[in-house]
Amino acid sequence: MKTEALVADLVTEFKTHGRIVIVGASLAGLRAAEALRDEGFNGSLTIIGDEKHEPYDRPPLSKQVLKGWVRADHTLLPRTRKVDAEWRLGVAATGLDRKAKHVRLANGDQIPFDRLLIATGVRSRPWFNQKEAALEGLFTLRTSDDAGRLQAALAAKPGRVLIIGAGFIGSEMASVCRELGLAVTVAERAEAPLVGALGGVIGDIAAEMQRDHGVDLRTGVSVEALEGDAKGHVRRARLSDGTTLDVDVVMASLGSIRNTEWLEGAGLASGFWGVACDAGCRAFDIHGIVTDSIFVAGDIARAPHVLYDYQFLVLEHWDNAVFGGKVAAHNMVSLEPDRRPHLPLPAFWSGQFGVNIKGVGVGPFGDEIVITQGSVKDRRFAAAYGRKGRIVAAVTFNHGKWLEYYGAMIERSAPFPPPPPGYDQAGDMKPIPARFPDPRTPTGFPDVVLTGHDPTDRGAEYRPKKR
Amino acid sequence: MRIVVDLNRCQGYAQCVPLAPTVLKLNGEEALMYDPNPDDSLRQQVLRAAASCPVQAIIVDRLDEKGEKA
Repeated sequence: MKTEALVADLVTEFKTHGRIVIVGASLAGLRAAEALRDEGFNGSLTIIGDEKHEPYDRPPLSKQVLKGWVRADHTLLPRTRKVDAEWRLGVAATGLDRKAKHVRLANGDQIPFDRLLIATGVRSRPWFNQKEAALEGLFTLRTSDDAGRLQAALAAKPGRVLIIGAGFIGSEMASVCRELGLAVTVAERAEAPLVGALGGVIGDIAAEMQRDHGVDLRTGVSVEALEGDAKGHVRRARLSDGTTLDVDVVMASLGSIRNTEWLEGAGLASGFWGVACDAGCRAFDIHGIVTDSIFVAGDIARAPHVLYDYQFLVLEHWDNAVFGGKVAAHNMVSLEPDRRPHLPLPAFWSGQFGVNIKGVGVGPFGDEIVITQGSVKDRRFAAAYGRKGRIVAAVTFNHGKWLEYYGAMIERSAPFPPPPPGYDQAGDMKPIPARFPDPRTPTGFPDVVLTGHDPTDRGAEYRPKKR
Repeated sequence: MRIVVDLNRCQGYAQCVPLAPTVLKLNGEEALMYDPNPDDSLRQQVLRAAASCPVQAIIVDRLDEKGEKA
């Protein structure tokens, strides 16, 4: 048999009898499963998820659900087709054996695979003090169960809510609290809300929005301790500026942790930053060699992006999960010439204080910003971010219809500042520093070391530090 | 039934809102809020609302898929 015919046979055989396992039963995993069937994969498909729920949508949790309009268990995702999969829900994957090609589950089961998709996403960062973390009335928000508990606590009309961390989730929660008429304090370590994603110039506008809506916003402070009453319910917070607050509900929105622990020892390029993969969603091993049978999608995937100097980027965005899952699925059942790249123009949205905030590109990649259209005072404007004379991102406040205009410029690497738009031009189109936190501030130390002296021994080794 | 609105794609035209007012709402000028799992009795309304979207941002489950439980 000629090699080409043999390879073609292999593909047919794999599509008919192959075994694919998807670890992660959320947006990326579900859309990948559907895409695999669309691609003609008729083999066995297993979907593993640590939550007992079938795939649901998370963005509504911090908005419609907290507000009490939509039940926490009512954000199930629509299915675009039948996936005919074996669902293993409510049991976490705890290990990956690449030699034996199986995934280990928390209940001891081993699920064999020919190809594996890693889509385990992130979880919310817990409160740093374990003893305080056990207090009643302290919440984090990532899952629908979290949202259900938090919604019930807000519906009980607490005296004061404290939100720790003013990123998107924290700000959206503050907005909901005010819509519910609750007294709310937001404590943010940075100079303003949303600074990490959008910089200090936009952060100042977000801060004004919060204060105008009656949020007690405290910036440049951290919460050093939480204290409970005799029943173990949180009642007081001590802030780094020496003040104390009487609180009944505390929501810690401290960002996310990537769910990579189950991959320890598997020899993949995984860890603090996610799982590294190529632009075709194939995972890198710990040496930086691309694997053939392991793919990555969603919040946990970290891939080089052509628009951003081929830097490895993690994009915790909704459509990155959708499109990443689809491209991973396609490449899992395709050979080299047919493989497709996953090259998204990053895009996100957030609704807060009645304002629709949308963005494209990677703001923190830039260092300057210019307000291009509309009026900041009216909270209806567009702004562009630039770096070295090139537009790299844009953000709109209640000006979403114009986002595509900027997206197209980012994709073309158009000059920055961009030419003045022909409509609704902002008064002053002068670029100013965007005021992002210094990315050089170390947030972690590498867990990988190089070992071996002879070229044949030389390799990387994962040595996790105790966290 | 189940829906999801791709809010990256949504431009806030809000043509869907009057067609299924208990399912799709505007919060402020252009931020769309919706009930992801409305009652099945609203299916015709929601299908019309989805069809009315100029950017086709409303994704509705396929009725014949309802049987498949995870």
